[in-house]
Amino acid sequence: MSEAEAVPLRYDEFLEAALSRIGGLLKGHYGISRRAVGLLLLQGDPQMEREVKKRDAASYSLLQEIVSQARAHYNQPLSYVIALRRQQEARRLVSAVVTLRGKRRPGFAEWLSRAMMHPVSGSLILLLVLYFGLYQFVGVFGAGVVVDFIEGTVFGEWVNPWVTELVRGFIPFQVLQDLFVGDYGVITLGLSYAFAIILPIVATFFLVFSIIEDSGYLPRLAMLIDRVFKAIGLSGRAVIPMVLGFGCDTMATIVTRTQETRRERIITTLLLALAIPCSAQLGVIFAILSGSGMALLIWAVTVALVLLLVGYLASKVIPGERASFYMEVPPLRLPKLTNILAKTYSRLQWYFVEVLPLFILASVLLWLGDLSGLFGLVIGGLEPLVKFIGLPPETAVVFLYGFFRRDFGAAGLYDLHSAGALMGVPLVVAAVTLTLFIPCIAQLLVMWKERGAKTALAIAAFIFPFAFLIGFVLNLILTRLGVSL
Amino acid sequence: MMELEEKAEELLETLWLGTEERNEESLPLENIAEAEKEPLSQLLKAGYIALSDDRVRLTERGRTIARNVVRRHRLAERLLVDVLGTGGMLTHEKACRFEHLLDRGLDESICALLGHPKICPHGKPIPPGKCCQLKRTPARKLVSSLSQLAQGQMGKVAYVYASESGKLQKLMAMGILPGAPITLIQSFPSYVFKVGETQFAVDKEIADSIYVRLVEPEDAGEIIEKELPEPGRKLRWRFGWWPRRK
Repeated sequence: MSEAEAVPLRYDEFLEAALSRIGGLLKGHYGISRRAVGLLLLQGDPQMEREVKKRDAASYSLLQEIVSQARAHYNQPLSYVIALRRQQEARRLVSAVVTLRGKRRPGFAEWLSRAMMHPVSGSLILLLVLYFGLYQFVGVFGAGVVVDFIEGTVFGEWVNPWVTELVRGFIPFQVLQDLFVGDYGVITLGLSYAFAIILPIVATFFLVFSIIEDSGYLPRLAMLIDRVFKAIGLSGRAVIPMVLGFGCDTMATIVTRTQETRRERIITTLLLALAIPCSAQLGVIFAILSGSGMALLIWAVTVALVLLLVGYLASKVIPGERASFYMEVPPLRLPKLTNILAKTYSRLQWYFVEVLPLFILASVLLWLGDLSGLFGLVIGGLEPLVKFIGLPPETAVVFLYGFFRRDFGAAGLYDLHSAGALMGVPLVVAAVTLTLFIPCIAQLLVMWKERGAKTALAIAAFIFPFAFLIGFVLNLILTRLGVSL
Repeated sequence: MMELEEKAEELLETLWLGTEERNEESLPLENIAEAEKEPLSQLLKAGYIALSDDRVRLTERGRTIARNVVRRHRLAERLLVDVLGTGGMLTHEKACRFEHLLDRGLDESICALLGHPKICPHGKPIPPGKCCQLKRTPARKLVSSLSQLAQGQMGKVAYVYASESGKLQKLMAMGILPGAPITLIQSFPSYVFKVGETQFAVDKEIADSIYVRLVEPEDAGEIIEKELPEPGRKLRWRFGWWPRRK
């Protein structure tokens, strides 16, 4: 065949007549053919309607009339009629050039795909992914081995002593020295938390998430979990922001944009803020609770129950359209290493650009608060609350950190635990309360931006007392039952 | 019950459409053609319609009868389009003549055969019968909603029933259009199916709205005939995902 000639797809007589009438009326310049403009108009494309209103204002009402006449002529929506004709033509073309010879036997990928979607084997695979991907790799390796090395060796033995000496040598005033290297110093607290505790955990999580994402596992998980999510007013599609929330709730709150209805977006935002611990929190909690399997189990079950209960109640209270679930299930693929590294890198970059200034800001605010005595006042206010849920008063500081960043609070918890100040039941109660506790500043800001001030404040106002209430109830139950961990 | 003539049934249908779909409680007498005066008296005598101020309206009894007439008419249209494949040539008259052949009882078996359709080919609702509530299914169906297929069963998309246009757009984007070959892969916890070479997962609500034709009419001049199953062909994947080889 010589050079292919563009033959327009012909529709039925009525549509063709409408198209040529529209074409005759269009005078403006669109950059695409008049036929294409006409087809978009007939399909009710809102963007093209605006364009035509602007560029062909004179004949716009006449054009509208042609479109509504065409709409009245067919029983189905015009977009459907047009799609049908296109599909027909596509099938004709395919049948002219493609022959199917029997069916290929499904290979290993297809077998694994079905195993992932089967209710029984799928649940087992989910547990394996959670255990190896999240617990072993992020929790034990990331938050354990790597954090120990960077915090203990790199910062503890090399960076901090060296910087402290440097600052003491250059800055004469104790107060200013403290700004950089004191208890709440920008370097000794802010930077060392960011690089020594948060970076390894977040990096290992994003690595695992990229592998899971690129393999095509997420749509299969979505399909598996859709029924459960329907009970909490969401659809299977919500697994993507929810799973991403285990990495960073702030990032996940932005991703809720991909959800269909406003109702789903609000419920997901609420649950992310309340019951999904971010990777830094998760890593630290795994690290401090790993000594006792029972403690970890109590924490996981409590948080999961809160998630389901609040989700269920929210789905009853929040009005709006019910979520519907549809998703393409792409074939399983072996992830490519370069893609995974590139993705992990760009996510980490986003995270640090967002996180580092806030860490430094938090350090400065804490330093200011400490200096002015305001800090002591807030801690004094928090102490009765903390005692109310059965925790030692020192933990009040941790909750104050939590205001600034979720992971910051978790990191503070890690410190307290290492110092031997927090053990047993109070440790579990603190872990649960801190997990549920108010979202960090960054997440609150993103909630504000994405959902509006009213929703963001309502969510925060609900979570603050609710987290302490759950902590109180859990403490009551555990002490009454005489549980020792 | 007395046998109604074709003309009388049509008059009932017109009145029912007026009350149910156009919100006109009654019809002026002068709108009824001279030729239809004869059935008019038949209906009056049977107590299906009432006359007041030169306007005709349905009585309570007449309403039930008329509803069944409309139901039979629209089922007949579905039958003509989905099974007999008279797609482009569907005319009102054809369906009208067909409708009168569907006696009571027969309409239920046809409804079941067609998978209890909810709309006629023109997109108008089909009044549901008793069989639709019971979801009674015959041994062999011709058309079935995707959610009622057996795992591994194949067919072609017959039509899509979408109450909101948003849902229709989604289905269109997935390539679920009449004539597309479709295979159900899994039905729990969600529905997984294959259209062409692509797999999708949907919830029950969407699976309910996709109707699949299980046998092909003679005139289907479309491709991929080789993939067409015997009606009700047994599944290849017996126990979910575990492959079985002969």
